[in-house]
Amino acid sequence: MLQRKDVLGLRDMTREEILEILTVAQEMKKRIDHPELRTSELHHTSIVTLFYENSTRTKTSFALAGKYLGATVQDLGISTSSVNKGESLIDTGKTLDQMGVEIMIMRNSYTGAPHVLARNVNAHVINAGDGSNEHPTQALLDLYTILEYKKHFEGLKVAIIGDISHSRVARSNVFGLQKLGAEVVLAGPSTLLGSAQLLGVKTTSDIREAVKDADIVMGLRIQFERQKTTNFPGIGEYRDLFGINQEVLSYAKKDVLVMHPGPVNRGVELSGDVIDGQNSVINIQVKNGVAVRMAILKLLAKGGEA
Amino acid sequence: MKLLIRGGRVIDPATKTDEVMDLLIEDGTIIARGKALTEMADQVIDAQGKWVTPGLIDVHVHLREPGYEYKETIHTGSKAAVMGGYTTICCMPNTDPVVDNEIMVEYIKMKAAREGYCHVLPIGAITKGQEGKELANIGRMVKAGACGISEDGKSVMDAGLLKTAMKYSKMFDIPVMSHCEDKSLVGGGVMNAGTQAQLLGLKGISNDSEEVIIARDILLARATGARLHLCHVSTKGGIALIEDAKRHGQEVSAEITPHHFTLCDRDVLDYDANTKMNPPLRSMDDVLALRQALKDDVVNIIATDHAPHSEDEKNCEYERAPFGIVGLETAFALGNTVLVQGGWLTPMQLIAKMSTNPARLIHLDKGSLEVGKTADISIFDPEAEVVVCAADFASKGHNTPFDGWKVQGKVCYTIVDGQIRMAEGVIQE
Repeated sequence: MLQRKDVLGLRDMTREEILEILTVAQEMKKRIDHPELRTSELHHTSIVTLFYENSTRTKTSFALAGKYLGATVQDLGISTSSVNKGESLIDTGKTLDQMGVEIMIMRNSYTGAPHVLARNVNAHVINAGDGSNEHPTQALLDLYTILEYKKHFEGLKVAIIGDISHSRVARSNVFGLQKLGAEVVLAGPSTLLGSAQLLGVKTTSDIREAVKDADIVMGLRIQFERQKTTNFPGIGEYRDLFGINQEVLSYAKKDVLVMHPGPVNRGVELSGDVIDGQNSVINIQVKNGVAVRMAILKLLAKGGEA
Repeated sequence: MKLLIRGGRVIDPATKTDEVMDLLIEDGTIIARGKALTEMADQVIDAQGKWVTPGLIDVHVHLREPGYEYKETIHTGSKAAVMGGYTTICCMPNTDPVVDNEIMVEYIKMKAAREGYCHVLPIGAITKGQEGKELANIGRMVKAGACGISEDGKSVMDAGLLKTAMKYSKMFDIPVMSHCEDKSLVGGGVMNAGTQAQLLGLKGISNDSEEVIIARDILLARATGARLHLCHVSTKGGIALIEDAKRHGQEVSAEITPHHFTLCDRDVLDYDANTKMNPPLRSMDDVLALRQALKDDVVNIIATDHAPHSEDEKNCEYERAPFGIVGLETAFALGNTVLVQGGWLTPMQLIAKMSTNPARLIHLDKGSLEVGKTADISIFDPEAEVVVCAADFASKGHNTPFDGWKVQGKVCYTIVDGQIRMAEGVIQE
């Protein structure tokens, strides 16, 4: 069983740990479609979600994952909590510790915030996205989806396209896919690529080259909220140069999977017909997200030493 | 009252002396030096096997008073200084209120005279409130005792205003101490731009954000003839710019901090904000260039940029933590361990960069062990192994990345104006 206190990122996770989570997720997925299979094995587990950044799908996905396993799930409404009165992250964490919380799921706009929380509390901490750093559960659900359709990782070409420099999803996917033997190409405007080549992956601003013979094409949302300065002239120019439409997709393999972590800026990163097309697994990703999060909750609650 | 320091290795860069001899001190002045002095003394310090050097001088510390007394005070900061072998420290003006007028300079001098353990020299701001809009009362501050001007913590971004300040400063023959950083290039950066920042997902601070201002300030100093001193230079490119200026016959002074010549960005681990400072810890390539610049005397001053912060301020999200680490109590040991033991500097060079050259920068009649000079003296055991213990610091700030480090070099005595202010790790009240 997964022997770790926290799930903070894929950078410090081993290939074996990743595969273990994906294996357990397979079993969990059945319970989503078959309510009668849902057990209450975590009925002694108390979970709190702390979202310092807005989120609907990730928070809901975690909450349902906990409830499908019988856990108590409580959301700490940040806007109505003491955090708004200036309470520090560490104090908030210690308070929740005292209330008997076993698992804290946090999203925070600061890189490394979950790591700081984790070393100051007894509870397990799951990173639900920190700054421009990592979003491990999103990457794990992406990996699960890829495995489900492709059955393996070795030799696959994965093109991730969009706002790379602000994307924790891209980063976690890079760390995970590298460990599993896939080839990753990151593509986007040169001003949004950051220094991603330092991670040891290919980067390009030619999306057709990126998409060529790809097994997976993953679009990323342009994160307007993280951009303090202008990195490209406008949405129109972005769509013309970097939008993924049927023409761009024709460079990929016939059985390419089209993925996106959502929410999509429809018609910007991906054209509508690509989002709704036969290669798209965007909706499947959402379901797999619940399964993967169930797996992580189960493994942490049962295995870790908190 | 006579004090005899017997049998130490006297390292005095001012007179190019490096030999075993005795020093005799009376009424705060060095009255004799030589082999086996036979004069009677009231107190004798046996300095055999130790270095006897002019008291260390730090041209770049933050004492936080007034305004941030929870981080540090003149009392605690000067105590940390004598624990580290420093007899004179120059404090930066970014307090609250900012030291931008003569009353603030007088205030710091008064507090230092009353509560300090060593000499404290204020540095005045370049502009009022460090807002970069109008000149501070530079002349009046110098008259009151300011030893230089600086906007430390940021650059004066208005080049025209800085040029005026440089021209104006010449009347008083003071150094203009430049913090070099173009914020528009820093963005939200919190550590050195590079592979480590990429791995950690932290925003990077590029070398060019520092170098464009170094280049600008060198050009403005060349045009005005001002005495430019570059604070905490951290990049290889910055060193190249200084070398280039010197090749053109321009005098450019610069300082390097112990943390910048000791650590690199790979030491930033696990989001521990005790590795967060400005400029950031750079690449190993930069670190080696800094050591080489010290060795070649391209850079002649080692300054700590002692920047105390409270525990809570540093124990938080990396991006929210303030920049800066403390340095007074680890500087000598790091200089000795990394630079002298590491084969980069001779002991004489190290002491010159930590005492004699800083004194020259601010035209201070110190940094020398000549007969007749003020008895500001430090005694070190360069062989002693020391384990850095942040909890034991005299400074209020325990924010150091060196906690638990094994280093070589212990401060045995710090003597200020002939008075022993620290002996074997114990403050003398």
